[in-house]
Amino acid sequence: MKRWIPLLIFVALAGFLYVGLHRDPREVPSPFIGKPAPAFTLPVVGQPGMTFSPADNKGKVWLLNVWAPWCVSCRQEHPVLMQLAQAGIVPIVGLNWKDKDREAEALLARLGSPYTAVADDVSGQTGIDYGVTGTPETYVIDKNGIIRMKHIGIINEEAWQTKFVPLLKELNQ
Amino acid sequence: MIPEIGHFALILALLLALVQGIPPLIGAHRGNATLMAVARPAAQGQFLFVAIAYGCLAYSFLVNDFSVANVARNSFSQLPPVYRFAASWGSHEGSILLWALILALWTTAVTIWSRHLPEDMSARVIGVMGLVSFGFLLFILVASNPFVRLSPAPMDGSDLNPLLQDPGMVFHPPMLYMGYVGFSVAFAFAIAALLSGKMDVAWARWSRPWTAVAWVFLSIGITGGSWWAYNELGWGGWWFWDPTENASFMPWLAGTALLHSLVATEKRGAFKNWTVLLAILAFSMSLVGTFLVRSGVLSSVHAFATDPTRGIFMLAFLGVVIGGSLALFAFRAAKMPTGGSFTWFSRESLLLANNVVLVAALGAVLLGTLYPLFMDALGMGKISVGPPYFNSVFVPLITPLLFLMGVGPLARWKQASLPAMAKQLRVALAIAATTGVLVSLASGSFKPMVGFGVALAVWIVVTIYLGFAQRLKYIGGPTLPALLKIPRGFWGMQMAHLGLAWVVAGITLVSGLETERNVKMNIGDTTHLAGYDFTFQGVSPHEGPNYRAASGNVEVAAGGKQLFVLHPQKRIYNASGMPMTEAAIDYGFTRDVYVALGDELDNGAWTVRVFHKPFINWLWIGGLFLALGGVLAASDRRYRIALRAAEAPAVAPQGAQA
Repeated sequence: MKRWIPLLIFVALAGFLYVGLHRDPREVPSPFIGKPAPAFTLPVVGQPGMTFSPADNKGKVWLLNVWAPWCVSCRQEHPVLMQLAQAGIVPIVGLNWKDKDREAEALLARLGSPYTAVADDVSGQTGIDYGVTGTPETYVIDKNGIIRMKHIGIINEEAWQTKFVPLLKELNQ
Repeated sequence: MIPEIGHFALILALLLALVQGIPPLIGAHRGNATLMAVARPAAQGQFLFVAIAYGCLAYSFLVNDFSVANVARNSFSQLPPVYRFAASWGSHEGSILLWALILALWTTAVTIWSRHLPEDMSARVIGVMGLVSFGFLLFILVASNPFVRLSPAPMDGSDLNPLLQDPGMVFHPPMLYMGYVGFSVAFAFAIAALLSGKMDVAWARWSRPWTAVAWVFLSIGITGGSWWAYNELGWGGWWFWDPTENASFMPWLAGTALLHSLVATEKRGAFKNWTVLLAILAFSMSLVGTFLVRSGVLSSVHAFATDPTRGIFMLAFLGVVIGGSLALFAFRAAKMPTGGSFTWFSRESLLLANNVVLVAALGAVLLGTLYPLFMDALGMGKISVGPPYFNSVFVPLITPLLFLMGVGPLARWKQASLPAMAKQLRVALAIAATTGVLVSLASGSFKPMVGFGVALAVWIVVTIYLGFAQRLKYIGGPTLPALLKIPRGFWGMQMAHLGLAWVVAGITLVSGLETERNVKMNIGDTTHLAGYDFTFQGVSPHEGPNYRAASGNVEVAAGGKQLFVLHPQKRIYNASGMPMTEAAIDYGFTRDVYVALGDELDNGAWTVRVFHKPFINWLWIGGLFLALGGVLAASDRRYRIALRAAEAPAVAPQGAQA
């Protein structure tokens, strides 16, 4: 009987490996899911004197997209966001993160802006409050101001269809 | 055209692998010599076609054929030719093809140097290797084809990962794969023995040199990888317990256990089942390691794309090869008689202890590597397991092994005398303990771990001396001729043990005594570390073939005397825009001085990291001795005689006895 032990160990190991294959090791759950979106009041890029605060979007399902002009991946994500904005599926608010060189306004003027508003987080403090690990990151915030999902990295077609569409549908009901 | 030829050659190789696998195994089972005779030519043909395929891939890289998707993703027109060639194994597809090529190479080596084996044995060994090869080639053709074209072809490639643009990339992966894949030979011998039901001592003798050579390559590969990480990553570290490193370390541990267990099986007929199991384990660890690295189940600094189809295919392949072998083991192992008896204190029992420790250490590394995956699979959250776990588990596990290493080679087979050995080893223990205390006192503040590590290393060295003394006494006569009479196997063992002692001393000294500083330096600033003065003289621009760099000028002086200037670089690679740190190192036998640039600050100031690494090179010197020991052991006279005796009748009938 004991000669079967190595095989049994291997079968158990293979089972774990099989389950592991279907998971993404890079996906780290955010502790902010299910919690109210941290409050902030920041100036809006390109509109002197205006400010944005998450409370302004109460009653709406919206996306908070953390990006920066210096971020290469954000540039790749930009056309996707433009499509979403043109289709008018969901309001997207930008969080311009650590834009020390003040390039966001000119960049959006040149490429077009997918955002209903862009909050200017020069110090990066608001990003830290949201647990931003890098740009781009996108938060889905529901009608009551609760963070329901966080997507790390570029929103591509697949991520949009599998992660965002079902959730937005559910939240908008 | 060339990539299509490569693709076609792969298909032919796949078919030949099947021919190499099935008829010889049937032939060996039925005693049909004609079918068995298919094995050698089929294996050699398979090697030829895999080599053609690999040549086509390498050619596509060298001529910058960006219509091949793999080339476009992993190469760049400005990349120097040697890295273009190395880029052929820098990708997932290319590295698996390299795997298959090296497997075919080992198989061909077996076809050449197995003439002294009984025909059914060699047919089985080559057949088993053919089936493994078939699995790999099928995987390449179905899920990982390196010859897929892109249309339209991009103007230029997206460059080889800058981390991989290092001389290490040229030598490290082939070495590592030679080792990994080389365990397939011992595996095939073990399966052949299980299939035939003949678990005689000869089986162990035949596998020993093959195992030793594979182990040598793996040792060199791991040592080289560590050296590469130290030079390239710019953190001054040399081992990170990263999943990919563990993937190469686990087969090494299993292979080391196998080498020792084979000795007991060959010389005393002991642990036959256990040795077979270790042979299966060593190659299984190679396969599991490849799976872990290539399937993306674990995240690691060695980033590879995740592709579930590939993962499923590889897992199924693992299931067939490992599961099948273990099932065969379960059915057949029971039938085999066990070897001669021995007492609790003997060479056999000490070798068994060696095996238990090595396998336990392997289990600890495997557990640590897979623990995040277990937790995630069981829904218990995401965690990561880092160096603190590995250091606190692995070090205490391996320490008794280092102690036993001093005792084992001196002990007799069957029954050793504990009082006699205790008397013999008393002096060694005293010398080791004294040196340990002295070193830990001399190292400034009292560092017990440094002393303990050095004491273990000295213990091993003194017992090596005792081992030679014992041998010389046994042979008798004047020392020098007697030394030459000592077989190479003994020299090899002692050389490898010496290498390990050297590695242990290096690890302990560098871990205990290294110092580093991370400082902001304006132009002209000086910082001090371990008696050296580092003066930062700013950076100058530098143009590389495919990157731009800021090259720092750091003058190093000691005691007011200028010693040398180091030029650490911060590079930006043109194609990917990726920044890379290129450390500058002044190497020395007793210390390295290591400087790396951090970030650029205002007014030409930079953050600069300086390290003083005492005795770090002992790690790599020790690693080379370890490998050299393996070479000596594999070239022992017994194996050469066996080969010559088998070949002689065919080549030169008269010269056989000379």
